[in-house]
Amino acid sequence: MARRLERIDRPIKVLTEDIYALSSLRTMLYVAAPRLLPALLVLLIPVLAPGDYFQRVATLAAIYGLLALSWDFIALSTGLVSLGQALFFGVGAYLAGLLNLQFGLHPSLTLLLATVIGATICTALLAPCLPLRGIYFAMTTLVYPLLMARTIEATAIVGGTDGLVGVASFPGVWSERYLILIFLLAAAFSLRRLMTTDFGLVLRSISDNDQAVRASGINLTYYKLIAVWVGAALGSFAGAYFTHLYMFVGLSAFSLDLSILPIACAVVGGLGTLAGPVLGAFILVPLAEMLRDLGTLRIVAYSLLLVALVLFKPEGILSYLKRKYEQVERWVEV
Amino acid sequence: MLPSLLVYGLINSVTLAITALGFSLTYGISRVANFAHGALYVLAGFSAWFFLNRLKLNYYLAALLAIMLTSLIGAAIYRLALIRVRGMPLLEIIVTFALGSAALEALRYFGFLGSHYSLPPMISGSVNLLGVPVDLQRVVLVVVGASLVLFLWLFTRHTRIGLAFRAMAQDEQAAMMLGIDSDFMATLSLALGSALVALAAVVVLPLSFIATESGSNILVSAIAVCILGGLESTAGVVVASLLIGYAQIVTVTYLGPHYQMIVALLAILLTLIVKPSGLFGQQKELEERV
Repeated sequence: MARRLERIDRPIKVLTEDIYALSSLRTMLYVAAPRLLPALLVLLIPVLAPGDYFQRVATLAAIYGLLALSWDFIALSTGLVSLGQALFFGVGAYLAGLLNLQFGLHPSLTLLLATVIGATICTALLAPCLPLRGIYFAMTTLVYPLLMARTIEATAIVGGTDGLVGVASFPGVWSERYLILIFLLAAAFSLRRLMTTDFGLVLRSISDNDQAVRASGINLTYYKLIAVWVGAALGSFAGAYFTHLYMFVGLSAFSLDLSILPIACAVVGGLGTLAGPVLGAFILVPLAEMLRDLGTLRIVAYSLLLVALVLFKPEGILSYLKRKYEQVERWVEV
Repeated sequence: MLPSLLVYGLINSVTLAITALGFSLTYGISRVANFAHGALYVLAGFSAWFFLNRLKLNYYLAALLAIMLTSLIGAAIYRLALIRVRGMPLLEIIVTFALGSAALEALRYFGFLGSHYSLPPMISGSVNLLGVPVDLQRVVLVVVGASLVLFLWLFTRHTRIGLAFRAMAQDEQAAMMLGIDSDFMATLSLALGSALVALAAVVVLPLSFIATESGSNILVSAIAVCILGGLESTAGVVVASLLIGYAQIVTVTYLGPHYQMIVALLAILLTLIVKPSGLFGQQKELEERV
């Protein structure tokens, strides 16, 4: 007897999809819970997590989450797959360090400036490659961070192999813990919001069929530039935050790990869901910390996990949860 | 100065070509960008070292075994992993890249790093070329490189498998309609590409140390050569290696050793931005840019 799995939307999901969303407390909760609960949980971390060590892990997870969010946004909106998130991260990190050390700017100001200037620099660097597609764009982005690191190494500018030491730290422990979480939540929710607007619709259609978008008389390059700028801004902020957190920036800001980890987070959490990569970061980063004793074997475990997920469970955690939340499944006979 | 530039530029170019041929071959036939290329190179070096020093095998036997082992690993990568994500270039890159870095980091964890490991040269002694002393291992390298290019050229034009490879490269669907097993050919292409990089490792590594750090350098220079020459063209690989090889030697001589990799990276960037299909690529323009 042949059977197949049938999936049907839950009645309450159908009900909340249109105007009846606000008809009862239950439907309101159904809509709000998956958005508010995680946000609340994230905001409670600095209060609940025990000890400085776990606080630091949570902050790191948020930083990588931001980087993963930036990766997913660029991939989802324009279909450009970046293998060089480390470029955004490194440019932001070095800018924050330089602004702080050279001009003595306050961290709040360096974060802002590093984000804006860093995003502009990265966009300018990537602008010539924007017409490239698929594997070609991926290879170009892979090269940029390597090139940056080698150039700094060879010319010994901005501290050379020693890096910049003695960058100012955050004024207080609470601002250090909360700023990144709030920024992360704001970025995740506003990007999700952006994707539902007309502007987001155009971005999404670029990844589906760029020729059709161009045939509609829309300037592709303009949209791609904006998407890359936004993504680069998030990455640069993450880098700048990292610099102030560790009061140090070195060549490791351009390291390959920073390009792989966001992709791993996105694959674990669910590609193209925006919230998924953040979830993935909050799973993978603590996991990596637990495996710290293993040394470089950690990266082995990481890479193999990534391969296994890509091959056997490409769906991602968030997509799985979303399916369970919105649909009922049952076996029916064919 | 000039003769030494000429000779060492040629040697550097052949080194680049011989390490890039495997990558180019695999990509040209099966469209799989094998980002585990550098890891396979290092793996081949260490397995040759292992066969030679631990199992006390004959030098040439050890080299042959290392090449066969690497080629089996390449085939296994396709059969066990890539076959599931075939046709999705991004996932192919993620999978091969992750497997490659897993292999390199595992080697590093078990202590295979630094300058403790090296292969002895096949022949010792040196000759004078244009008044420049060159040791015989480098001459072997150039001879092997040149004969490899010749062999590949003949192989892809005068054998059944070679012709099937070229058919796959030109039009996979049409090749399948003519009874060419696409998956089998792709497996073979990965096996052959890995064998080529292993051969490169065996010939090149006696000149320096076997180090896990060289894995990413090999990958980057292979990509640089392949992109500049056009991703699937053997002639392109030769011309691009000569260009990059001489450019590297000139910059290293006049600017310093740190600039060697920067030349390769800049070559990738500029080619991708100006002409993504490379000097000799026959890609369809629309597939690579909007």
